[in-house]
Amino acid sequence: MSELMRWDELGPGGVVTPAESPRPKTGDWRTNGRPELRLDRCVSCLLCWLYCPDSAFKLEGTTLVGIDYDVCKGCELCVEVCPAAALAMAPEADA
Amino acid sequence: MIAAEPQLLTGGEAVAHALCQIEPDVVPVYPITPQTPIIQTFATLVADGAAHTEIVNVESEHSAMSAAIGSALAGARTATATSSQGLALMAEVVYIAASMRAPIVMAVGNRALSGPINIHCDHSDSMLVRDSGVVQLFAENAQEAYDLMVMAPRIAEHPDVLLPVLVCQDGFTITHAAEPVELLADELVREFVGPYHRADALLDVSHPGTHGPFAMPDYYFEFRRAQADAITAAGRVIDEVADEFEGLTGRRNGALEQYQVGGADEVIVALGSSAGTIKDVVDELRAAQRHVGLLKIRAFRPLPLRELRCLLSDAADVFVLDRADSPGGAPPLAADVAFALAGEASRLHSHVYGLGGRDLHPEAVRDVFLQRAPHYVGVRGDECPA
Repeated sequence: MSELMRWDELGPGGVVTPAESPRPKTGDWRTNGRPELRLDRCVSCLLCWLYCPDSAFKLEGTTLVGIDYDVCKGCELCVEVCPAAALAMAPEADA
Repeated sequence: MIAAEPQLLTGGEAVAHALCQIEPDVVPVYPITPQTPIIQTFATLVADGAAHTEIVNVESEHSAMSAAIGSALAGARTATATSSQGLALMAEVVYIAASMRAPIVMAVGNRALSGPINIHCDHSDSMLVRDSGVVQLFAENAQEAYDLMVMAPRIAEHPDVLLPVLVCQDGFTITHAAEPVELLADELVREFVGPYHRADALLDVSHPGTHGPFAMPDYYFEFRRAQADAITAAGRVIDEVADEFEGLTGRRNGALEQYQVGGADEVIVALGSSAGTIKDVVDELRAAQRHVGLLKIRAFRPLPLRELRCLLSDAADVFVLDRADSPGGAPPLAADVAFALAGEASRLHSHVYGLGGRDLHPEAVRDVFLQRAPHYVGVRGDECPA
């Protein structure tokens, strides 16, 4: 949506569909470190995926494969709920 | 085609029967005088199995309209009802319903806003949501309230409109007064109303979307402009639906009703039940060779401004009767008619009447036509105290 739409191009109520929706890297807002995933400890219970207030946990089927740092805000909820100590907060990679 | 004999029904009951025949999927509602008989009658009909509707007993009108938005956007046909303070409490959400393009049908029993607290009719509650972007239709009597209610879902749910439609009837004067009302057969109403289908239904998870997104200065204005276009489209749709309804019943419920307006020198413009009284006075003055008429407005929003101009610009004197005041400014209907008539030679006279249920007697209407009435018709005390 780099081009601003005209009023007569908006659908009823201005409903935004996924195709029109910009995907800004909201992970930019993250402060105070980020969760690191140790896949060797992960039991793929998916509690992190369930509790994540965004959609930072990437799955292949029902198996956890990684973290999308473009959207992770570093809230630490996943670290709290992980029963296998597979998640721990760490400094930013580039910090 | 019309079911049996007319039945003796109050306006509230008539509208409840219309709702039953429309059979909305969901009705979130909170009771308030003088709307209560509408939902009470409807709830009785639902309990008796006459309609399969989920009635949600919410804790306030604010919640009623909030639930109605969710329901309508989810893809369920939705209706509610309110009056006065209920509409005032709901007002914030009424704006949101219009902006989210939720086609909710709402019966309104018009009642004065507090204070002082009062339960009787005026139009101040409707005027409070005048600028919200909802369609507002005003009935003159119980039959019209029923007819407009049957028409309402067709107007609300038209893909070019998708806006709440308020079917307004004067509190007590119509809601509680029994009159003969011709009800249509249930199947006929169901066929006329048809199914409700929403292309972008919230519960259609295969087509997800963000409803009610935040709009910054770069988009808010475009949203509002699109909303203005939707209510303009409602003007055309009201005409189309009125045509179809007339074909079915022989009763015309267009945006305006002309009563002896052709060739009239003096015309009253008014909303609601007072039109009945004014018609009697028009008949009486016409018999005395006075060229008077009444232009009754059913569609207050969208107001057919161009038609108003066409119909009124030949009249030397136009008297606008508002059943609501705008303290410190022009009464709402008078302001609209002045806008419609800008640049025309007609003299405009503004009157406020009937606040808090004060009756409008034929003598007062006669005084308006004879230019003997004060701005505030029917109030005790001099117009300009010494």
